[in-house]
Amino acid sequence: MPSTNLTMPSTTLATLQPGEFATIAAIHADKALHQRLLALGFRSGKQVELIRKAIFSGPLQVRIGTTDILLRRSEAAKIMVCKT
Amino acid sequence: MKRIALLGMPNTGKSTLFNRITGGAARVGNWPGITVELLSGKILLGGDMVEIIDLPGIYDLHGFSDDEQVVRHFLHDNVPDLALVILNATQIERQMSLLLQLKQLNMNAVVLLNMADEAKKYGISVDSRKMSELLGMPIFLLSGKYGTGYPEAMQAVTKALRYPTPGMAELLRSQLEQDEHIEAEMARVMKHAVQIPAQLPENLTEKLDHVMLHPWLGLPIFFFIMYLLFQGVFLLGQPLQAGVAEMLTWLREVALEPALSGLPAMLNGLLLDGVYNGVATVAAFVPLIVLFFLFMAMVEDSGYLSRAAFLMDVLMARLGLDGRGFVMLLMGFGCNVPALMGTRVMRSRAMRLLTMLVIPFSLCSARLQVFVFITAALFSPNAAPVVLFSLYLFSFAAAILTALLFKSKFQNSEPFVLELPPYRFPTTRQIVMRGWQEIQHFLRRATKFIIAGVVLVWLLTNLPPSATPASSDTLAGIIGSLLHPIFAPLGINEQLTIALIFGFVAKEIVIGSLAVIYGLSGEALGGALGQQLDWVQGYSFMLFTLIYTPCLSAIATLRSESKNLGYTLFSIGWSLTLAWLASFAFYQGARALGY
Ligand SMILES: Nc1nc2c(ncn2[C@@H]2O[C@H](COP(=O)(O)OP(=O)(O)O)[C@@H](O)[C@H]2O)c(=O)[nH]1
Ligand SMILES: [Mg+2]
Repeated sequence: MPSTNLTMPSTTLATLQPGEFATIAAIHADKALHQRLLALGFRSGKQVELIRKAIFSGPLQVRIGTTDILLRRSEAAKIMVCKT
Repeated sequence: MKRIALLGMPNTGKSTLFNRITGGAARVGNWPGITVELLSGKILLGGDMVEIIDLPGIYDLHGFSDDEQVVRHFLHDNVPDLALVILNATQIERQMSLLLQLKQLNMNAVVLLNMADEAKKYGISVDSRKMSELLGMPIFLLSGKYGTGYPEAMQAVTKALRYPTPGMAELLRSQLEQDEHIEAEMARVMKHAVQIPAQLPENLTEKLDHVMLHPWLGLPIFFFIMYLLFQGVFLLGQPLQAGVAEMLTWLREVALEPALSGLPAMLNGLLLDGVYNGVATVAAFVPLIVLFFLFMAMVEDSGYLSRAAFLMDVLMARLGLDGRGFVMLLMGFGCNVPALMGTRVMRSRAMRLLTMLVIPFSLCSARLQVFVFITAALFSPNAAPVVLFSLYLFSFAAAILTALLFKSKFQNSEPFVLELPPYRFPTTRQIVMRGWQEIQHFLRRATKFIIAGVVLVWLLTNLPPSATPASSDTLAGIIGSLLHPIFAPLGINEQLTIALIFGFVAKEIVIGSLAVIYGLSGEALGGALGQQLDWVQGYSFMLFTLIYTPCLSAIATLRSESKNLGYTLFSIGWSLTLAWLASFAFYQGARALGY
């Protein structure tokens, strides 16, 4: 699993606000989910932007490079990021 | 025969390309997970017959979902002579990981960077020559949808086919190591061969999404769009249906009746009142069905389905389902069978089964025919489309109730992670193709079920020969009166009961068999129904038709996808129970209120 970036305080993807950018530091998911996330472009070191959040704690829309991805907050909480 | 397999992530345009290569009719849609099965076609390439196989998308070679397993098993059992690896050129940065995994399998491969048109629009430039050099594989940039770059790519494919795959290396083992290796390799290729602008220009997709995915307006807009679509289907389709029905009746009067008048009465009746009336009544719906699927094709291809998944996921999560399940319900509006198969993208079996339990309530196009006919017969032109829409709402309600009741039996913790593709618009070619496919599908069902069904209905309503046709002494009358105690509390009369029995096989037969039972077709049948039924009875009948089970094909699919007979029987039993309860509550409630 990718190592955590120790130089900056990290938080999870679920805490970002729309319009904020962050760098992926680590992914703490089981193997199957981890693989799917990798294939969708979640790799440590990549920049991710939070585009929008659905109401009533619904899913998030994030952008990595040219790919937009929807994921639930519970999944986003497994992705550690450093705000940039 | 040599074999070429199309490999790539979901929604990269594999099926589009398959259709272009083979002239085939693979279903295309802007949603990751449209293709969940193998589809093959044969073409002549470089003087030889070659088999081309369209596969479901895979995110990586170790995927856990059922559709990804289809691909893995396929590759295990049939090493293709050539793999056509298809990547979305606008997402090359991400999708290269799959390419590198495939490369390690040491297959004979040609890489196609698809969606060159979109890449150009986004300002992404790919040096395919350079990339070929770096990776040591033939790489071509093309657009499967519009055809640019296609001839060159096919030349390369023909050439590559001369050097078939040397034999497949063992599947990758230590995932982590290789992933690191893959990351380094990806970075190298990206740096030298691909340029992506730092900030993509704000495009149409983003502007549209500001509105479509608006926190408060998103859902109302969704329901408004649905309302408009169904209103459109009704307002445009119903007159078409009535027009065709009239034409077919006319044909009967001027051509068939004189031509067949020499036949014995029994045979004449069977052919004209049985087969012709039944089939013509059903056939009159062809234009409506085509129209409906043209709308459906546009929705599927637009990318709006993924937006619907985003908007509805919160609600679906409460039901133990997720946004994809909602999309399957929407796809079920076309036909429940592909929607049931579409659940293969789910990894958790519990969630898959729960989703498959609710899909049969989705108001499919065959049920739509019944409802269009009956609402047009029983309601005023202003009320009819609204009544039709209310049935769609009931369809959702039945699904929601079912999920709520049974979610504890199908608990799961399936993650929800889904790609959001840009909005796309289908080409005329794609739309025409879809319409044509649906006509074929309809004709296949017609020959399989409908003719046999209406003949059987005719026999039931005319035998024994001593009985007056359609009276209570016929077989149909006897069956109807046996079931009378069950259906009388729902306001469903004996003729409609017979139609429901046949509707179990396919809903297309319902109106066809009513035509046979009443010995009328088209407008005359509508008139007779309007005379005999009031709107409460009609609506109760429609509710029952909506809920009690889609058709035999859907049941067969339920069985084959779940591989569980008990589950299948449970699904049928529950649908029948719910149908009865809903119709009972509606009918008795409405009567109690004085309607
Ligand atoms: N702009 C563009 N869209 C394409 C191209 N090829 C396919 N598409 C669209 O991409 C979506 C996915 O296509 P499909 O063939 O179903 O992909 P599959 O899941 O890989 O089989 C559909 O909306 C297609 O119309 C292309 O070359 N350019
Ligand atoms: Mg496909």
